[in-house]
Amino acid sequence: MGKTKPLLIKKGAEASLYLADWHGKKVIMKKRLPKKYRPSMLDEQIKTYRTLHEPQLMHEAKKSGVPTPTIFLVDTKNATIIMEFIEGKQVKQLLGEASKSQRQSLCPKIGELIGRLHEYGIIHGDLTTSNMIVDFEGKIFFVDFGLGEKSKELEARGVDLHLMKRALQSTHFRFTEECFDAVIRGYSEVFGAEAVKSILDKIKEIERRGRYVAERKDELE
Amino acid sequence: MVKEDKMKKRKASESYCLGIESTADDFSVGISTFSGEILANIISVYMPEEGGIHPREAARHHAEEASKVLEEAFTKSRIKPQNLSVVAFSQGPGLGPCLRTGATVARALASYLNVPLIGVNHCVAHIEIGKLKTNAEDPITLYVSGGNTIVAAFDSGRYRVFGETLDIALGNCLDVFAREAGLRQKEGAPFGAIVEKLAMKGKKLISLPYTVKGMDTSFSGLLTAAVNLTKKGGYKLEDLCYSLQETAFSMVTEVTERALAHTEKKEVLLTGGVAANKKLQSMVEAIAEEHNAEFCVVPSQFAVDNGAMIAWTGVLSYRCGLITPIEKSFVKLRWRLEEVEIPWVRQSRF
Repeated sequence: MGKTKPLLIKKGAEASLYLADWHGKKVIMKKRLPKKYRPSMLDEQIKTYRTLHEPQLMHEAKKSGVPTPTIFLVDTKNATIIMEFIEGKQVKQLLGEASKSQRQSLCPKIGELIGRLHEYGIIHGDLTTSNMIVDFEGKIFFVDFGLGEKSKELEARGVDLHLMKRALQSTHFRFTEECFDAVIRGYSEVFGAEAVKSILDKIKEIERRGRYVAERKDELE
Repeated sequence: MVKEDKMKKRKASESYCLGIESTADDFSVGISTFSGEILANIISVYMPEEGGIHPREAARHHAEEASKVLEEAFTKSRIKPQNLSVVAFSQGPGLGPCLRTGATVARALASYLNVPLIGVNHCVAHIEIGKLKTNAEDPITLYVSGGNTIVAAFDSGRYRVFGETLDIALGNCLDVFAREAGLRQKEGAPFGAIVEKLAMKGKKLISLPYTVKGMDTSFSGLLTAAVNLTKKGGYKLEDLCYSLQETAFSMVTEVTERALAHTEKKEVLLTGGVAANKKLQSMVEAIAEEHNAEFCVVPSQFAVDNGAMIAWTGVLSYRCGLITPIEKSFVKLRWRLEEVEIPWVRQSRF
């Protein structure tokens, strides 16, 4: 570590993010903390797996054409990843203050990036608007691949997009539909209209599996 | 003593709401004052001979028990039917035949007494009774029961669902496991409590599928794996119960923590039937502590499905003028939490 002390910038659910100095570079230090609530064996398994897995997926994501922070160091013993610090704003923040036309320009870009990940066989696993950062040049970075996996299955892609929709519903409920439709528009740029139709059908199926879903009401009441 | 004092202070003009709960295996009647004092909360549980809840059989139980439970609630509360200002009932979500039985009783009572009828959302009621009993104001709520596994928080007029199960509910997972493992339900001890007791004696953690997707969870794979191990043999039931609990509870605790970190709320409320589990309580308490949030857990008599929560939510609705006309009092089997407008909670933004 450099001269300055790492500064805690976000205490997330599973990891703490520190802004630190690493050989003269501004970096993010992501440290997965032990969780007292779960048995130590399970804790160790989850932490090690995610610490190893996340950088691998971030690297793969780059190959698919999706910007992610560059990884500098992976330390499984301390469950720590040191990566590039992306200066910019979270999409969560941007969507909150954006105009309709700004949303309409941002969301298809997000959809296109998700499309690239999926096409390459990467499932992000936690597609929320706080896990996307737009830098000052307007480049969109995806972060937090800790829950991700490699898969080309329709089911996994469907769940991933379903999570995106759920994140929009809970945090950006005023324009969920508008944004999600725009995301899908961008997504279909990569996959084509035909393939997108089967994914949308899959999302419907996944939603129907959930509890008390509107689509099932007609059948059951 | 305290209770006596309150009784004396109760004004002659105090108003009362009776609530009927019948979404699944419980038929319950609760009576609440308009200021939130619970005067009665009588619960009658349907216990199947074997297997899970048979909706029609449960509904038959509810119909048979209804008058007895009502009478007991009136006796306990020392309130006469004529003193009621409102009748509330759980309108959904839940099992059709069970909901309809409760709704029928509620409609009859409201019409007979000529008082307003109020249809209450069962999930909202679980959150509201938790808030009433713990004084939580604006919590992130983990609502876990036999039918639901939801992480929710209030924002802009509604309880928004941040995470939920993608398939079966946590309580359902424990119940089915217990049945498949050959455990028998005893009077007054739900399956969850039996698993909890066995789990305390478990020591060895057996690796089971841990499935978290964003803020959502999935328990069906975990259940199948755990059941398969009981059939395969060679594992102590205590260890299996322990491992099942640790794995499933770690999953819901992780997503609750994620929602807590995301919303930065200052309280965590644990509610629903599984909230009675001490192990789960300690796990959720740990994450609340870590994020400097207050941990609130609903008292166990209000954790299970109960009429008091319906009565209290009825009061809240009535105060905002939300009345359900008889012709609109049909039950809603799949009434989602975030569909319900909550005008009695003030605006909050995270």
